[in-house]
Amino acid sequence: MNSILTSKWTKVVVFLLCLIPLGLLVWRVVHALSQGLPFDAYLTANPIEFITHRTGDWTLRFLVITLAITPLRKVLRLPQLIRFRRMLGLFAFFYASLHFGIWIGLDKFFDWPDMWKDVHKRPFITVGFTGFVLLIPLAITSTAGWIRRLGGKRWQLLHRAIYVTAVLGVIHYYWLVKSDVRKPLEYGALVAILLAWRFGAWLIQRRRNPAAESVRRPEPTTAESA
Amino acid sequence: MVIKRQTDLTYADVTPKTLYMGRRNFLLGLLATTAVVAGWKKLPGYFAGPGTGSVPVKLSGVTKGPYNTDEKITPESSVTTYNNFYEFGTDKGDPSQNAKNFRTSPWTVSVEGEVAKPRKFTMDEIMSLAPLEERIYRHRCVEAWSIVVPWVGYSFNTLAKLVQPTPKAKYVAFESCYDPKQMPWASSSGIQLPYVEGLRLDEAMHPLALLCVGMYGETLPNQDGAPVRMVIPWKYGFKSIKSLVKIRFVKDEPPTTWNMYAPNEYGFYSNVNPNVDHPRWSQAKERRLGEFLRRPTLMFNGYADQVASLYNGMDLRKKF
Repeated sequence: MNSILTSKWTKVVVFLLCLIPLGLLVWRVVHALSQGLPFDAYLTANPIEFITHRTGDWTLRFLVITLAITPLRKVLRLPQLIRFRRMLGLFAFFYASLHFGIWIGLDKFFDWPDMWKDVHKRPFITVGFTGFVLLIPLAITSTAGWIRRLGGKRWQLLHRAIYVTAVLGVIHYYWLVKSDVRKPLEYGALVAILLAWRFGAWLIQRRRNPAAESVRRPEPTTAESA
Repeated sequence: MVIKRQTDLTYADVTPKTLYMGRRNFLLGLLATTAVVAGWKKLPGYFAGPGTGSVPVKLSGVTKGPYNTDEKITPESSVTTYNNFYEFGTDKGDPSQNAKNFRTSPWTVSVEGEVAKPRKFTMDEIMSLAPLEERIYRHRCVEAWSIVVPWVGYSFNTLAKLVQPTPKAKYVAFESCYDPKQMPWASSSGIQLPYVEGLRLDEAMHPLALLCVGMYGETLPNQDGAPVRMVIPWKYGFKSIKSLVKIRFVKDEPPTTWNMYAPNEYGFYSNVNPNVDHPRWSQAKERRLGEFLRRPTLMFNGYADQVASLYNGMDLRKKF
């Protein structure tokens, strides 16, 4: 298992797997365009809505997968899983950017005043937008150089913003649907479990080592913590 | 105080590392299998096109009706694959898949309440009460998309006049078919069923209000509300109740499904109005299916000349 996880090819395979949702969407768009209007066979009668929803779905899925890495590493004792976390997080950002870009370019067609009105007037757009904006500094500081520049502790603190984004993403979805809240609640449950696990781990850690909290002495940090 | 008992385990009792690793691999395998199975079940949906729904039958002797718009008619394939019909699932593509085997025959519509002549209509009777007309109407969903559909039917007032509403009748309440056995998806829709809707009597008697039995020259496909539905073109789509089984003429404003679910979001009237936003999104513009840019939404969905007088003196911001 370990040799599989540490192989450089595994990273390539995971990277390609992460591109499959995009590949399927592109496949649908190409077929729809080659067939001409109406697009409903491949993109439903409302293609812009369809693509927006698909990319939104995948953003939430990648946020959940990224958040699952640390618990899985600990529970399954597979520290090597950390090798994939940055890539998965960046894919969450990638699909979020597509989702956001489609809203700007296709749904609103660069109607900036209208978009700005939406951002501050429509709560579901406000939270979605906030969640996306919070991901930007995380994507920028995802490199080893930035971990060094910020210092492990501060970098780690900054990157906890993903917890906020995940929660905002779920709220964004919950406020969008009309009455069938099953899917937003499924994502909500997953995010809740993953955050609760962290809270539990933090409580146990604090109990074992209360001094660390009260004295606040700088702890040696490794890429492992977080 | 913790009392520590001497452990009776020795080093020999330690699980061999290979077995321990085996458990971990087993857990991982279990996880992977679950993921693969779950993914596999959903996979067809990623490639599948929309469902085809039921097979409609050609209608003969349909004449051109009044109030027809000359706007471009939305392709039939869009209107039959992009549906809100929560009894058959809440995704737009669900009804065309799930309503395929919905039984629409035999079918009766019961007309009751404040009428001199309450009675049940069979589908055959409904089809022959009046000459069938083609009415090409704009149809605007509360979700800010719209379509242009050539419906087939006749004014609802034709049927209403037959049963003779009494002076006490001030409203009309409509009820959809609800058969949990044929609609197992309904229980997770989040809304209370059977679906109920209502109109003020003068709205229902307006000649634009259509008792609809077909579209695109054929009988209604199941996912579009077979075998008989209402079409109220100046109101948001959810007011146009599908698969109608009961009509009651009543004294008081009847409860309506979406209004019961979220009274601050969906009013009893729900007239198309670009100036009154849904609390969660703007109603100023709409996306006509098949078009790229959003177009401005018209007051009363463009039927202001015909219906605005019904609401004289009413504050449409309060009575939304």
